[in-house]
Amino acid sequence: MKRWLPLVFFIVLVGFFAKGLFLDPREVPSPFIGRQAPMFTLPLVGDANASFSPADMKGRVWMLNVWAPWCVSCRQEHGFLMQLAQARVIPIVGLNWKDKDREAEALLARIGSPYMAVPEDLDGRVGIDYGVTGTPETYIIDQAGIVRLKHIGPIGPEVWKDKFEPKLKELGA
Amino acid sequence: MIPELGHFALILALLLALTQSILPLVGAHRGNLTLMGVARPAAQGQFVFTALAFACLAYSFLTNDFSVENVARNSFSQLPEVYRFTATWGSHEGSLLLWVLILAFWSTAVSVFSRHLPEDMAARVIGVMGLISVGFLAFLLTTSNPFERLLPAAMDGNDMNPLLQDWGMIIHPPMLYMGYVGFAVAFAFAIAALLSGKMDVAWARWSRPWTTVAWAFLTLGIVLGSWWAYRELGWGGWWFWDPTENASFMPWLAGTALIHSLAVTEKRGAFKAWTVLLALVAFSLSLLGTFLVRSGVLSSVHAFATDPARGAFILGFLAVVIGGSLVLYAWRAPKMITGSGFTWFSRESLLLANNVILIAALGSVLLGTLYPLFMDAMGLGKISVGPPYFNAVFVPVMVPALFLMAIGPLVRWKEASLPDVATRLKWALAVALAIGLLLPLVLDGFNPWASLGFFLATWITLAVLAGFADRLKYGQGSLMHKLSSLPRGFWGMQLAHFGMAVGIAGIAVVANYQSERDVRMEPGSYAELAGYTFIFRGTTEHEGPNYRAARGTLEVSQNGKPVATLHPEKRTYNAGGMGMTEAAVHPNIFRDVYVAMGEQLEGQNDAWTVRLFYKPFINWLWFGALFMVIGGFLAASDKRYRIALRSREVPKHLAAQGA
Repeated sequence: MKRWLPLVFFIVLVGFFAKGLFLDPREVPSPFIGRQAPMFTLPLVGDANASFSPADMKGRVWMLNVWAPWCVSCRQEHGFLMQLAQARVIPIVGLNWKDKDREAEALLARIGSPYMAVPEDLDGRVGIDYGVTGTPETYIIDQAGIVRLKHIGPIGPEVWKDKFEPKLKELGA
Repeated sequence: MIPELGHFALILALLLALTQSILPLVGAHRGNLTLMGVARPAAQGQFVFTALAFACLAYSFLTNDFSVENVARNSFSQLPEVYRFTATWGSHEGSLLLWVLILAFWSTAVSVFSRHLPEDMAARVIGVMGLISVGFLAFLLTTSNPFERLLPAAMDGNDMNPLLQDWGMIIHPPMLYMGYVGFAVAFAFAIAALLSGKMDVAWARWSRPWTTVAWAFLTLGIVLGSWWAYRELGWGGWWFWDPTENASFMPWLAGTALIHSLAVTEKRGAFKAWTVLLALVAFSLSLLGTFLVRSGVLSSVHAFATDPARGAFILGFLAVVIGGSLVLYAWRAPKMITGSGFTWFSRESLLLANNVILIAALGSVLLGTLYPLFMDAMGLGKISVGPPYFNAVFVPVMVPALFLMAIGPLVRWKEASLPDVATRLKWALAVALAIGLLLPLVLDGFNPWASLGFFLATWITLAVLAGFADRLKYGQGSLMHKLSSLPRGFWGMQLAHFGMAVGIAGIAVVANYQSERDVRMEPGSYAELAGYTFIFRGTTEHEGPNYRAARGTLEVSQNGKPVATLHPEKRTYNAGGMGMTEAAVHPNIFRDVYVAMGEQLEGQNDAWTVRLFYKPFINWLWFGALFMVIGGFLAASDKRYRIALRSREVPKHLAAQGA
């Protein structure tokens, strides 16, 4: 009997692994989901006298996209964001993160802007409040100002369909 | 065009791997020499085509072909050339291709260095290795094609993970895989022996050098990984009990047990079934490591691929390979009759104790690594198991093994006398106890953990010296002559054991006497740590090839004498905006002075948080591991394995002359 023990042990392990394949260890709830979006007031790119605050969006479902002119992956999702903006799917606010060389205004003038507002987070402090680790990162914030979704990395049609659309439907937007 | 060529080469490699496995295995079963003869050329052909595929992928990376998805995801036009090359195995697909390439390399090595083996044995070994190649090539081609095109092509790549842009990472994966995959040879030998039903001691002798070489590579791979983490993660730590580290450490523990039990099987014919099982387990754990890292079953810092389809494929493959081999083992186990007996105090019994302890340690690591998965799978919540568990369980389990490893080499096979050994080692024990107890008192007051470490390091070192003294008592000629005529197997073992002692000393010192400080620094300010004075001279903007950095300047001095000027960096990589800390280290034999930039403080001119570390004896760890690696290669190159090789060739040569 003893000689079968390694096999029995292994079969039990395989059972756990098979189960484990359908669990996502990374699905640890982000501390921001379900919480009030951190408040801030920042000047807008191109118009330092105007400012933006999440409070301005009260009553609407909107999307906060953290991006930077020096970020290549942001350029990658830019085209898709333009489509979203043109179809008026959801208002997009583009938090311009750590743009030390102040390139955002010229760049958006050249390639087009999908954003309704571009607040300027020069020192990255608002980014820290939102737990931004790199660009691009995108948040969905609901009517009551509560963060409902966080996505790390560029958005494309697939991610949009799998992750964003169901959430927006749920929020009735 | 080049990526398609690579894809095609990979398909041809799969076909050759099928040939390499099926024909020789059938031939060996039927005793058909023609079919068996296919094994070697098929294995070599498979290597050529796998290497071609790898070269094609490397070419795509080097030429920035962003129409290849793999390149677009993992490389970047501004990435320096050397990292574009290493990015070839920086991705999931690329690292699997490297895995397959190294497996093909080992198969080819076996095909070249197996002339002394009986034809059916060689055919079975190469055939079994071919089966493993088939599995991995099919996995690559069906779920992880590294040559997948991206239409339209990306403008630029997403960049390689900045953490991997370090030269430690250039050689770490190939070395680690040489070890992982090298255990496939021991596995194939064990399976071949089980298939043939001839469980004599010959297979132990044949697989011994292969196993030792694989073990040495794995040791090198693990220590390179640890060294990389130490320098690159900016925390000054060198081992994190991260699932991916454990995935490489578990095969190492099994492999260490295996090289010891192979010695018993070869010399005394004992532990046959156990040794076979260990050979199966060592490679199974390598496969398991691949599964754990590649499937995303466990979250980890470096598990960078999560895809259930891939996970399901590897799990299925794992079930077939490991499950199949364990069925074969259970079926053949009764055939394995253990050779001569031994008494409770003999080299056999000590090596058995070594094996039991190593396997218990392995079990503790396996349990800690998989525990979060068990809990999650049974719906008991998400937990993580961290260093406190591993330190509390693993260290005490290993202590007896480290104590016994000093005695083992000094004890005779079959039957030894305890009083005799005790007489020979009593001085060593007394000296080791004295050093263990007194050294911490001199350094910094009573410290049981430091005492334990110093005791074990001294004890093992003295036992190594006693081993040499034993061997040098007899024979004639000068000391140098006697030393150089000792067999390499002996040198290798003693060097590896000594390396362990050096490593333990390093761990004991660095774990108990390191110091660190987090300080706020602005230009002109200074901080002190462990007798060193650090003066901060501010930062300058620095433009790297694919990043921008704030580069700090710190002048380090001791007692007013300048020691070094260090330049730690805080980098921001252009492609993803990811921040990275590049630590600066001033090493010497007795300590590292290590500084890492923290964050820039708001509203102040060039004020930063800076992390200062004083790491005494940390380098002994790497030296100790290096001794083990060199010891392993020395032992594997021992003359007696080569004599076995020649004894078959000489008669053939003579026969040719006679004709």
